[in-house]
Amino acid sequence: MAILVFVESAEGKIKKTSIEAVVYAARVGGDVTAISLGTEVNDTELAALGKYGASKVLNVADDRLNQGVIQAYANVLNQAMNKVGADLLVLANSSLGAPVSARVAIKQDASLVSNVTELPDISNGFVVKRSIYTGKAFANVELTKAKKILAIKKNAAEIRESGGDVPVEEFSPELTDADFGVAITGVDQATGDVLLPEAEIVVSGGRGLKGPENWGMIEDLAKELAAATGCSKPVSDIGWRPHHEHVGQTGVKVAPTLYLAVGISGAIQHLAGVNSSKYIVVINKDEDAPFFKAADYGIAGDAFEVIPKLTEALKAAR
Amino acid sequence: MKILVCITHVPDTTSKISFTDGDQKFDQTGVQFIIGPYDDYALARAVELKEQSGGSITVLNVGGPETEPTIRKALAIGADDAVRVNAEPTDSLFVAQQIAEHAKDAGYDLILMGRESIDFNGGMVHGMVGEILDLPSISPVMTLNVEGDTVKMAREIEGGKETVEVKMPLIAGCQEPIAEWKIPNMRGIMSARTKPLSVVEPVTEEVATSLTRYELPPAKGAVKMVDADNVSELVDLLKNEAKVL
Ligand SMILES: Cc1cc2nc3c(=O)[nH]c(=O)nc-3n(C[C@H](O)[C@H](O)[C@H](O)COP(=O)(O)OP(=O)(O)OC[C@H]3O[C@@H](n4cnc5c(N)ncnc54)[C@H](O)[C@@H]3O)c2cc1C
Ligand SMILES: Nc1ncnc2c1ncn2[C@@H]1O[C@H](COP(=O)(O)O)[C@@H](O)[C@H]1O
Repeated sequence: MAILVFVESAEGKIKKTSIEAVVYAARVGGDVTAISLGTEVNDTELAALGKYGASKVLNVADDRLNQGVIQAYANVLNQAMNKVGADLLVLANSSLGAPVSARVAIKQDASLVSNVTELPDISNGFVVKRSIYTGKAFANVELTKAKKILAIKKNAAEIRESGGDVPVEEFSPELTDADFGVAITGVDQATGDVLLPEAEIVVSGGRGLKGPENWGMIEDLAKELAAATGCSKPVSDIGWRPHHEHVGQTGVKVAPTLYLAVGISGAIQHLAGVNSSKYIVVINKDEDAPFFKAADYGIAGDAFEVIPKLTEALKAAR
Repeated sequence: MKILVCITHVPDTTSKISFTDGDQKFDQTGVQFIIGPYDDYALARAVELKEQSGGSITVLNVGGPETEPTIRKALAIGADDAVRVNAEPTDSLFVAQQIAEHAKDAGYDLILMGRESIDFNGGMVHGMVGEILDLPSISPVMTLNVEGDTVKMAREIEGGKETVEVKMPLIAGCQEPIAEWKIPNMRGIMSARTKPLSVVEPVTEEVATSLTRYELPPAKGAVKMVDADNVSELVDLLKNEAKVL
């Protein structure tokens, strides 16, 4: 099987979720070509995708693609699928990958499944497991068309290294002005920080923290853990924290190995955004807070006392 | 301005999810259905745009007769008329083709959807309709303002947002804080009863996927409580039991 993998980058580095997509494709089995768009990743970084199972990397070095223009990206991926004769396209289910994959699915007349959580079962047809009802359940779904596209969720494949560097080839698809009809006029993105959707550890605060001025202790704890910070919906609604930190049904769905919730009651809509976490720790002064039922570890106590102590204890245990 | 809002009919966000018929069907027992929360944002923004500059709002749902109360609610919130495509929304491609068929010659300036349905969580239908109709599709959209024939939007990206400009017509998959959810008032509810709701049959039966089986996640074990005066025990558990530090 010929497989194309779309890889995304941030600040010149291939994103972890995209590396997972390469590993995923390699484990499906077949000839894996990775493709990167734009001029922000150098060839050394791209060649190193061989370590994760790519046999070749296509680089579309067009600086108009340094911004994620959905239609242009879809057009490039469509042409790349044709070029390598891909039966399968794999990509991360990201804010760019998802809308792009929907358009490619129509262009290729392909079956598309998003939020895929595991490797496919190809013993009888091509069946994948996907998360539905915002993480409350799964559906096993068969892709019935000849061509297939999978938008995979974080942790769908465990990163492993094997091979070495592979060749990077320039690819120059045809793009017209119409592909760039949507103008991206500005980008406002946190840099340097651990990004919430990709984070391995997340520290989230809720309304129990009383006000934005009390986030210092959350940030200190997050820093000690190299974690990203998140919050509940009311907290971003009132403007204590930026919107992109809002976790839950209507916000970011996180999938860290450790989720620490401080002063969050554990409403079902909040839980919908964290139910893919491996371990959940809840700190809440109310021992009957519903969040404890979804937790692995809990402390019933006042966050203003517990959090500074926890940060100290972590420092001491380093 | 002529606006189409595509709405889903989905279980309330507090619903307990379970399956019947050998894990082939969603169990509707005791479940309340609502307009998808993201679709509700799209509808709320459409109502605001109409209040500002006039025009009309059509809502569309692909679903069986059981979705009509949900459609009437959208009419009560402020849509002018409604279309129901009479079919089970089996997969994203199927739904996208029904929406595209309705919209292709209808002259909509804006087609607003939710960023995703909360049952299927595909996040796919808007992009598919965009490709079928050769229109721009932007998602997830956090703010949307119309200036002349141009629409300015903020699109959420990992860790922030980008600002986007595009000429109408276009398709947007909406999320908060695009507008505040609107609650229908008495007058809205009364008038919704008589607003036109037309029912059309699907144009194609084509699908790209088929369900094999639903599945629930394994049950979570009991929580281990740690004394508030002994936080170092938590550190120890995270380190040596969970092995996450
Ligand atoms: C359609 C819909 C979608 C929604 N989507 C989301 C979503 O995506 N994300 C989301 O988060 N919510 C969402 N909500 C809202 C959700 O229902 C809850 O209202 C919200 O999660 C509550 O936020 P909270 O836990 O921060 O606040 P509260 O419910 O007010 O809880 C505060 C908690 O802090 C504790 N506390 C107080 N003081 C202290 C202290 N000193 N130390 C320790 N603990 C303390 C309290 O015991 C309490 O448990 C949604 C609601 C609806 C209807
Ligand atoms: N059955 C349906 N009827 C009408 N609109 C739908 C339907 N399913 C999905 N949509 C629209 O497409 C958006 C994205 O859905 P999805 O791709 O399923 O996540 C939803 O928020 C709706 O606006």
